[in-house]
Amino acid sequence: MQVEKFSYDNKIVKYFAIATSVWGIVGMLVGLIIAIQLYLPSLSFNLPYLTFGRLRPLHTNAVIFAFVGNGIFMGVYYSMQRLLKARMFNNFLSYLHFWGWQLIIVLAALTLVLGITTSKEYAELEWPIDILIAVIWVVFGVNMIGTILKRRERHMYVAIWFYIATFVTVAVLHIVNSFEIPVNFLKSYSLYAGVQDALVQWWYGHNAVAFFLTTPYLGLMYYFMPKAANRPVYSYRLSIIHFWALIFLYIWAGPHHLLYSALPDWAQSLGTVFSIMLIAPSWGGMINGLLTLRGAWDKVREDPVLKFMVVAVTAYGMSTFRRSNAFIKKSECSGTLHGLDNCSCSYWCSWMERVPDIWNSVLLNTKTLEN
Amino acid sequence: MSAIYILIGASLVVATGFLIAFLWAVKSGQMDDRYTPSVRMLFDDELKVLNKQNDSSLSNEQEKKELN
Repeated sequence: MQVEKFSYDNKIVKYFAIATSVWGIVGMLVGLIIAIQLYLPSLSFNLPYLTFGRLRPLHTNAVIFAFVGNGIFMGVYYSMQRLLKARMFNNFLSYLHFWGWQLIIVLAALTLVLGITTSKEYAELEWPIDILIAVIWVVFGVNMIGTILKRRERHMYVAIWFYIATFVTVAVLHIVNSFEIPVNFLKSYSLYAGVQDALVQWWYGHNAVAFFLTTPYLGLMYYFMPKAANRPVYSYRLSIIHFWALIFLYIWAGPHHLLYSALPDWAQSLGTVFSIMLIAPSWGGMINGLLTLRGAWDKVREDPVLKFMVVAVTAYGMSTFRRSNAFIKKSECSGTLHGLDNCSCSYWCSWMERVPDIWNSVLLNTKTLEN
Repeated sequence: MSAIYILIGASLVVATGFLIAFLWAVKSGQMDDRYTPSVRMLFDDELKVLNKQNDSSLSNEQEKKELN
């Protein structure tokens, strides 16, 4: 019998890694500029293009969809091939996905600076770009599901489930929230009006955080953390419960973004109840990650990659706890936005962890980081 | 609040899809083994292993140099 030979596509992983780094620098630089503008508004040089109102969505889009997004794809393309023992389904789709996503980012940067926006938070891009996002996202999904179908490993590791949830749910969220009626090529109005629009928007906004910032990185945590510590995850059984509990609970908590609004009171309360329940799966995941290091904490002292992971997972735990509590009505004023930003930040910390592996140069990176 | 029907509808479609996926996973035995997958994922039969050995031998040499 002939021995079957195949190779992983590592080039696409490197492409996404470079894109992650570049957009990370751009996105955080814009963030720094708007932070300075808060006390030095003249930094916009009286140009409409550089005002806070236009740069702020540019910052959030760049960091969430360009930096974190490319980071997701980098990690998914790297880990999925290895977990499924298969090359990506289709080379063309991989590179279409890569270049399509970068095109979306460039178009987003241009239109936002020019003041072209739907004014829906985290969904500011106008309808032609929305369609492009949907198409490229489906390209990613087809490539992923194709890879899963032709896998050589019967069992689907828990990380794969997290990736599937990411693809399916983000597609649904994006499409439902982007129903809009175009007036011309660069202007459209949402199909929903008033509080209905607000409810749809925060059903999207809440779950975009859930399924774009959270589930993919939890999947990546379940792959890269055991790899970095070189020991199995604390409880694989818990990781399965974590996944199913998280995806069934997360999607109902959107109304907690609309407390004290015109939204019916029962809907606000329901969103709050689900937010509290979310502590269980969130902390289940955090504990599972941290306990993976039981008996290996000496490695954390030596290994900067593990240091980043520990900070990221701990910050995730803290911010999910804080976030759930902040959405109890009486303490809502404590600033819900920080919750989103913080917990997102914690995942961003962890992106660095997988760069060394990709270039096969663990030693070099370890030395550089320690110096 | 007609929008809420769209949202509940969309959410239920996703939830039902995942429920079916869950039932499939349980029935097809994906979750029968709740331990070894976590260990198996640690092993990669890749050429990378060779590189790692090179790396470690390099580091040994470097350490020796540093010691000297």
